[in-house]
Amino acid sequence: MLTQIFEQVLNGLLAGAYYLLIALGLSLIFSLGGLVNLAHGAFYALGAYFAVIVAERLGLGFAGAAIASPIAVALIGLVIERFLFRRFYHEDPALGLLLTFGLAMVAEQSLRWVFGAAPIPFSIPSALKGQIFIGDFIYSKYRFVMLAVAAAAVAALWVLLQRTPFGRVVRAGVQNPDMVAALGISLKPYMASIVALSVGLAALAGVLLAPISGVHPAMGAEILTAAFVVVVIGGLGSFWGVVWAALIVGVVRGLTVYFLPPAADASMYLLMLLVLLIRPRGLSGERIERFE
Amino acid sequence: MDQPKSNSRRTVIGAAGAAGALSAIGFPAIVRSQPDAVRLGHLTPLTGFLGPLGEYAVLGVKLAVDEINAAGGITGRKVELIAEDSVNPQTASTKAERLIERDKVVAIVGEISSASGLAIAQVAQRNKILFFNTGCNSDELRGKSCNRYMFHTEAANSMYVGAAGQALLRDGLVKGKKWYSVTADYAFGHDLLKVAKRFMQANGGTFAADELVATNVTDFSPYLLKIRNAKPDLVVSNLAGAQIGNFMKQYMEFGLPFPVAGFGFDTAIAWGVGKGNVTGIWPLVWDSQVKSATAQRFTEAFTKKYGKPPENQAWGDYLSTKHLAQAMNDIKSTDSTKVAEHMEKGARFDVLKTREGYYRAWDHQLMQQMYTITFKPEAQVKDKWDLFSLSAPVPADNQSLEVIAPTREENPCTMPA
Repeated sequence: MLTQIFEQVLNGLLAGAYYLLIALGLSLIFSLGGLVNLAHGAFYALGAYFAVIVAERLGLGFAGAAIASPIAVALIGLVIERFLFRRFYHEDPALGLLLTFGLAMVAEQSLRWVFGAAPIPFSIPSALKGQIFIGDFIYSKYRFVMLAVAAAAVAALWVLLQRTPFGRVVRAGVQNPDMVAALGISLKPYMASIVALSVGLAALAGVLLAPISGVHPAMGAEILTAAFVVVVIGGLGSFWGVVWAALIVGVVRGLTVYFLPPAADASMYLLMLLVLLIRPRGLSGERIERFE
Repeated sequence: MDQPKSNSRRTVIGAAGAAGALSAIGFPAIVRSQPDAVRLGHLTPLTGFLGPLGEYAVLGVKLAVDEINAAGGITGRKVELIAEDSVNPQTASTKAERLIERDKVVAIVGEISSASGLAIAQVAQRNKILFFNTGCNSDELRGKSCNRYMFHTEAANSMYVGAAGQALLRDGLVKGKKWYSVTADYAFGHDLLKVAKRFMQANGGTFAADELVATNVTDFSPYLLKIRNAKPDLVVSNLAGAQIGNFMKQYMEFGLPFPVAGFGFDTAIAWGVGKGNVTGIWPLVWDSQVKSATAQRFTEAFTKKYGKPPENQAWGDYLSTKHLAQAMNDIKSTDSTKVAEHMEKGARFDVLKTREGYYRAWDHQLMQQMYTITFKPEAQVKDKWDLFSLSAPVPADNQSLEVIAPTREENPCTMPA
């Protein structure tokens, strides 16, 4: 029994890492631009569809897809930031919600139009099929590779935000955009880069999850709610808050499946409720003047 | 950067709710109105986990309407199709209401979700308008929730269990065996679990565990870890739609060694998962491999029009529409009550299989043959449409079509008017 619980905890940590790639981007776009990106799931779906095109129709393989697809989606993100998002940073947040909500619907329906509603087959690359044995713990080889890629992406993002001049401006922009402006720094190019980076990460998650959860038009809407819950639990503006929240949500879900399967889906919402009751800013949300 | 006009963390929390609502928005079809046409309503989920099947349903019904119009329409009038996304039970109910009251449809065809099917059936019954169910499997719709105006072209859960069950008995996977079942947590799954359990217990099997899975679960890893530890003799899927595909893909990914079977299946899901990612014994209501002249004609017409072969859901919506038109033309009336009376007299219909079928008078279930499928080894797969082989029909040619259908005792229907 104890090893089984341990197994679920470990599996939950791994599952949490997948939410993380999507939740971090959501959190970044909101923290810096004040825009709640309901279309974030659409970029995730787009990543998966591009992966199918790159890997199978262009024959560049899975590794090629994991590199090319996020870059392509990031470029699309740049265009959308320039012509749509940028107009809404200073508007009533309800307008931004409407914009991104509409964008998500347009994206989903376009995917359905072009590729059909039926899921598109996309398999785990044969080199990554099979199991890994670590003592008593047997686990899918592919999921370990996914975890490694996700962890590397998150680590790179952390370095970028905490250890580079680019990251310093972004962090300052989150805390006090007026002061940044007074210092003569325009946040516009930073915001564009953050959007590109964030949707690129979502696309990477789409590529990684495509062989597991299937490539179909509604995949974006499917994952977005969980990602939002992670952001809310983790707290805005906090890198590590979101990381912790993703891992906790994964573990809580795994343990609920073990002890009380029908409640597995409700568990993450209950967790959100609890966290908000005790800590309205989320686990480690910072006090950001303009959002209070 | 200026201050945003107003903003708060509440926006994000509200957005989480809005994100959930995203999946609940449908896309209505454009309606063109023609005077004097016979209007036919079609509702089926085009979004969500049943969306992949709904797409084929729409292709099926459109082909049927084309053929009916080419052959002179219904009682000499052209048929006009109004097809919409049914989304969920609440929306399905509202849209059924609107189709009947505003668009004056003569009948509603379609649906896949048993929960939405029940909602449509209630609206149709209240308005005394026919509803042909093309994809809801729950026995309950034919039993406790049956009504005069609802007919079922789709097979009932009992018939699916009966078909797959025969193969499981043959392979010795029931008597004295431990089953681990995963069940979709909504009307269809609950109903199927009840029927599957009845079959298993009647034949000497037991549950190692039976678990309910929410319909939006995409990562099955926690369930797979539990299954591996439980070491069952058979893993049973009572899932539906895209979830079957996800479950099977991940089952193969985790390399679990136990035999698999399921009591509900759709070919479009297998196509979406691809070769080498599904295994086991599954029931099927129709496939283009069925050796009958009309089945081949349907397959050819469908493939010519859409550039891909039809599957079981396209069959269901195509067939229902054809049956409806045939019945209306036979009695030269589009009156739902008269059509229902005609059907209850035991009219025979071609069902694109090797034997004719009929709608049973006391529960309006189409009596028909079923099949089971076995997945081919990867090396034998010819193309992306050719993943499995089809069994001989169940019941066998010398048996009554009713042997796998629910009995009056198992699934009583009082047929309220």
